Amino acid sequence: MAIMQTMKYEAERDGDFARWATSQTGGENLRHCIQCGVCSATCPLSLYMDYTPRRLINLAREGFKKEVLSSFTIWLCASCYACRVECPKKIQVTDIMYALKRRAIQEGVYPKRFPIPVLAKEFGRMIFMWGRVNETLLVIDLFLRTNWFKFLSMTGLGLNLMRTGRMSFLPEHIQRKDELRKVLNALDAQEKKEAARL
Amino acid sequence: MKSFPMKYLYFPGCSLKGTGKAYEESLLAVFRALGIELREIEDWNCCGATAYMSVDEAKSYALAGRNLAIAEREDLDVIAPCSACYLGLNKAQKGLEEHPEIRAKVTKALAAAGLEYQGKVKVRHPLDVLINDVGLDEIAKRIKAPLKGKKFAPYYGCQIVRPFASFDDQYNPETMDRLLATAGAECVTYPLKTRCCGGSLTGTVPEVGLRLAYIILKEAKKRGAEAIVTVCPLCQFNLDGYQDQIARKFEAVDMPVVYFTQILGLAMGLSADELGLKRSIISADAVLAGR
Repeated sequence: MAIMQTMKYEAERDGDFARWATSQTGGENLRHCIQCGVCSATCPLSLYMDYTPRRLINLAREGFKKEVLSSFTIWLCASCYACRVECPKKIQVTDIMYALKRRAIQEGVYPKRFPIPVLAKEFGRMIFMWGRVNETLLVIDLFLRTNWFKFLSMTGLGLNLMRTGRMSFLPEHIQRKDELRKVLNALDAQEKKEAARL
Repeated sequence: MKSFPMKYLYFPGCSLKGTGKAYEESLLAVFRALGIELREIEDWNCCGATAYMSVDEAKSYALAGRNLAIAEREDLDVIAPCSACYLGLNKAQKGLEEHPEIRAKVTKALAAAGLEYQGKVKVRHPLDVLINDVGLDEIAKRIKAPLKGKKFAPYYGCQIVRPFASFDDQYNPETMDRLLATAGAECVTYPLKTRCCGGSLTGTVPEVGLRLAYIILKEAKKRGAEAIVTVCPLCQFNLDGYQDQIARKFEAVDMPVVYFTQILGLAMGLSADELGLKRSIISADAVLAGR
């Protein structure tokens, strides 16, 4: 049995990441967290997480960037908001999870071929293309990009949806796609300008 | 009750045009029968749901912003039946109010496409409208075929009560219970009424998501419900569509999962067909038995 370091030294922190985390929407009062664990207790997913929400919050605000961004925890958050309404310090845990997911996608550090970030990105691409999401096409796309084999296990569901007329292979789309793209592109342009200024 | 004719804008969202068609069919049928006009928001786009927040915050608000800007051209409340849309639109409005720096960005981007967002539209859930604008007394007058002896588990899911609970109790919502009682049905005690159904995890990480859906189904069965009644297209999809996979992994539950609008419609004497009851994967015949 090898002896391993099970806690972190302060010197291993990334102070910039800690400052970033506490400046995100919902993260403003991250420092107020008293580590009571109510978030972990109410979370219906915490029993599958590599770090419970309480531990993740602590790691994020202390600047343990790698652990936080490559965790499964942030992707397992299903946005049920149970933690947020229970938190005695009114920390917006769900929004912090969103901020961490965005950062993980930006830095490309999420677990390889893990379907959730792939779904989020495809979702975004579909909206840019069509303005609306066709669930059938989204799911097919997701499986092609992650796990072919799993796709086969879904054929029963697919046939059921077809039988009940709930499946469509035509992309739903808005009329003024240009209008929506103009809005999204304008935000990209603002973002670039902002990055150049810093 | 508000004065007739009542009129609302309607934000269907992607699911109600796809896997949640039965929700749209039953909602429109019920509102038509109540004499309420629902006008679909012109050229609405996807609300962004939960997935888009993981991609880009400002863009996520801008997606809602475009819809709200279009809606604001008319002086009507918006009805958003899908829980993700309902929360997405409300959350964007709150977020844009509380974060002036994001609002400035989004306003500018919308202006680039000739859109103006002021934040003056009210986005509401159909349950809220039925209970608070139409009123249970008025609805009771329209009940022609009460669902006597039927037992249901009223399932609200997450996003209409969390994080904001604007028209019902956050921990023990009861608007749907009252509506179902008005329709003549009985509601079983169902403590899981606001527990997560698994959201998109049923599809992305089934080893986790299926368990969450199974918990909801099993509890309803244990409590003696003949069907789960839901308000959300993703909850309906998870609980109805994955039952064969849940049967293989855990046990067969065989529990119909229907929308509250379908139950209300039945009690108002509308037909199973026009309410989309044939679109349930787990047959809703148990709900229809004896009619």
